[in-house]
Amino acid sequence: MSDAPLLEMRGISKTFPGVRALDDVSFDLRRGEVHALCGENGAGKSTLMKVCAAVYPTGMHGGEILIDGKVQQFAGIRDAERAGIAVVHQELSLVREMTIAENIFLGREPRRFGVIQREALFSRAQQVLDDLQLHLDPAKPAGHLGIGQQHLVEIAKALAREARILILDEPTAALTDTEVEILVRILERLRAKGVGMVYISHKLDEVFRLADRITVLRDGRTVSTDPAADLDKAQVIARMVGREIKDLFPTAARTPRDVVFEADGVTVEDPNVPGKLLVHDVSFSVRRGEVLGIAGLVGAGRSELLMALFGAHPGPSRAQIRVEGKPLTVRHPNDAIARGVGFVTEDRKRYGLLLDQTLTMNMTLAMLHLSGRKLVDVDAETAAGERARRDLRIKAPSVFVNAMTLSGGNQQKVVLAKWLLTNPKVLFLDEPTRGIDVGAKQEIYTEINRLAAQGLAIVLVSSELPEVLALSDRILVLHEGRMTGQFTRAEATPERVMAAATGHGKAA
Amino acid sequence: MTTISDTAPQRRVSFTALRAYTMFFALVVIWMFFQYKTVSDLYPYGLFLHPLNFANLLKQMSVTGVLAVGMLMVIVARQIDLSIGSLLGLAGGVAAMAQELGLVPSLFAAIVIGLAVGALQGSLVAWGNIPAFIVTLGGLLTWRGVILYLSKGETIPIRLPVFRSIGVSLVHPAVGLALAAVAIAAIVWVTLRRNATRRRHGLAPSSAAATLARIVLPSALAVLFVYHMNLQGGVPLPVLVLLVVALLGAFVTRSTTFGRYLYAIGSNPEAARLSGISIGRHILGAFCFLGAMVGVAAILHTGRVGSSSPDAGSLMELDAIAACVIGGTSLMGGRGTVAGALLGALIMASLDNGMSLLSVENATQYIIKGAVLVAAVGFDMAGRRKG
Repeated sequence: MSDAPLLEMRGISKTFPGVRALDDVSFDLRRGEVHALCGENGAGKSTLMKVCAAVYPTGMHGGEILIDGKVQQFAGIRDAERAGIAVVHQELSLVREMTIAENIFLGREPRRFGVIQREALFSRAQQVLDDLQLHLDPAKPAGHLGIGQQHLVEIAKALAREARILILDEPTAALTDTEVEILVRILERLRAKGVGMVYISHKLDEVFRLADRITVLRDGRTVSTDPAADLDKAQVIARMVGREIKDLFPTAARTPRDVVFEADGVTVEDPNVPGKLLVHDVSFSVRRGEVLGIAGLVGAGRSELLMALFGAHPGPSRAQIRVEGKPLTVRHPNDAIARGVGFVTEDRKRYGLLLDQTLTMNMTLAMLHLSGRKLVDVDAETAAGERARRDLRIKAPSVFVNAMTLSGGNQQKVVLAKWLLTNPKVLFLDEPTRGIDVGAKQEIYTEINRLAAQGLAIVLVSSELPEVLALSDRILVLHEGRMTGQFTRAEATPERVMAAATGHGKAA
Repeated sequence: MTTISDTAPQRRVSFTALRAYTMFFALVVIWMFFQYKTVSDLYPYGLFLHPLNFANLLKQMSVTGVLAVGMLMVIVARQIDLSIGSLLGLAGGVAAMAQELGLVPSLFAAIVIGLAVGALQGSLVAWGNIPAFIVTLGGLLTWRGVILYLSKGETIPIRLPVFRSIGVSLVHPAVGLALAAVAIAAIVWVTLRRNATRRRHGLAPSSAAATLARIVLPSALAVLFVYHMNLQGGVPLPVLVLLVVALLGAFVTRSTTFGRYLYAIGSNPEAARLSGISIGRHILGAFCFLGAMVGVAAILHTGRVGSSSPDAGSLMELDAIAACVIGGTSLMGGRGTVAGALLGALIMASLDNGMSLLSVENATQYIIKGAVLVAAVGFDMAGRRKG
């Protein structure tokens, strides 16, 4: 009995119309183990975990699920929860208006005769938080927490269900370094308690730090399951993409030409807190054929800077902008777009895509009104969509499928295609590779280099320092809304940039 | 990395269309049921689809249909308009009062009132930051009050014979056939030109069989329809107006940037704004379009009834919304077609007309229509989950 693994999934298959998402996948999880699941987006990781959590109940997939050696029949998510399976999703599912305690016990509030026992609710929530060494007030509304803290509360919520099997889907995507440390500590405690954890992440550093075993999925099949100690990062990447990535960052030699975009004295105010400045008097310029990287920690004001320059910041902002030497006043994104500014925004699902519309419609969204024409030429549009699909190698059965059916990397390419179709002179990229797999990342890097070589000016914001360092000709560092450093490619070392980003560098 | 994309089929998968087929099937079942139930000695094949009754059904449908096409634009942009029933009463009333000035000023007045109110409500939604539900709920009360005040609560008869004829007259059979011929020519031209432009853009043109089907099926439908209507004297004029409005609506939603952006705004307003689309202007445009359609519907309705009563148009906003929703329009925005909305209006009109023929009690009629609306959306959601 105790020989049987905590969780065993045997011969799991799952087919969606036209796609075989999982093909005879087997997976097991032992008590007190962290088992990492790696693979490119679309490899089937999420689908496998949805089978496990009975989002697809028994009968909607092939194969069987065993817990403690016993075959389970899951009619729905509730059955899986009762069997001790809990999922911490990539997307937040907290009710912002409710308190932390109410969120933790949502749906399972301690009650007597149907009346919620508020004291019991708060004291038990406090226990759960203490247990995780999270110093949060359970009576505080969840909406007041930072994104990272909300993720930690999500984990507390899963644990309050006395989960024995915890599925973590990209748990650190939105966490700061300190929060990642808290998470690691929590996972260690859970490991000691015998909880089995499935860890899905693109961040291989974390995977190797935490995982006991690593399973790699590719195209819906298991490639390998090995103890983490027997593997190294290069091997895992090679198995994920099915080939060796020798050079993750393709290098490009290019010579920047004339200045095409200048911003002077950019100052951005917090829309919710009048008087509080998110960006304080930042100036920069970017040349044709140049990639300008903007580095900084979360909250440094990088996205706000770009949003303000694009006319999309909800609060007050000031800036003097010149495109090709001529002043530009932006009141609405359209003003910027009309002058050749493109903006691949962060969070593609929220700001970038029409998820329930076709790829063509998404790709032509920003360019249609540029021509000033009032009519849509559907065939020209289809042709443009097909060209973009080919050029950017977007994996999709046709340009008429809805954007939501694509994997993250391909969705990101659709957003990129949207802006390339506007024929921009300068392109802002805000976290262009967040949440996408290694293969797609490399394709985006190649694309950035190709565009720069063609003479496009690119402003790149990214939280991944190696990415900024490798792609940028120049790097600008922000710390709490102020520019704290400026480096050329030759000067920029990770240490220098990091020092400036934390406010310990010498101002340039 | 892969070549999947190069070999995959280039077929257009339209879920909206798939759902429309389901509703089309439902319509056929409803028609067969009423046809079977209305068999009598006088009408051995059933009365329901007999030209006389069918023309009547379509006349009843034309007002709801025109309103539904306008409502579609608003719902697609994730808005709603609850005021159009009252607005129809107001526009019809003003047209009736203006008939002393002549036919043209009178009809003009109805459309201008519709447009002006649409613009006012649209502006409040777009720039006043008041939800459309609230603005138009206020409108539902306000415009009914205005027409009660203007008419002093009295029904105004229509004295201009031409005005009345708009709601009831038939297009001469020969003119009907000529229009069918024009329609066929247009279908042929559009289909062939489409193939030519596809080839020019390097896309595969449709196969000969598909091209033929795309020409023959709608053409046959047009001829059959005109022939059927000519059996009872000709195509009713309001039905012709509805067809024109439908063509206009289909053109706006499918072939203009304006229509395209309504879908974008309904899908994801934030992404639409960041793509340079002016949300306010498009929402205002949708409400104006609907307002103008209310003006047209008011003319048809007032002409058909032959008078303008202060309670004209009550609850018509709900018929229009129901027609859109039955036809697969999502109240969450971004999804819906003119064809679907018309299909929805046709289903509603068929139920109304059929149940009246069978002398089903008024109370029962309401209950059945309500159940059909909820069931249609239920099926829709179930289908979406599976897909």
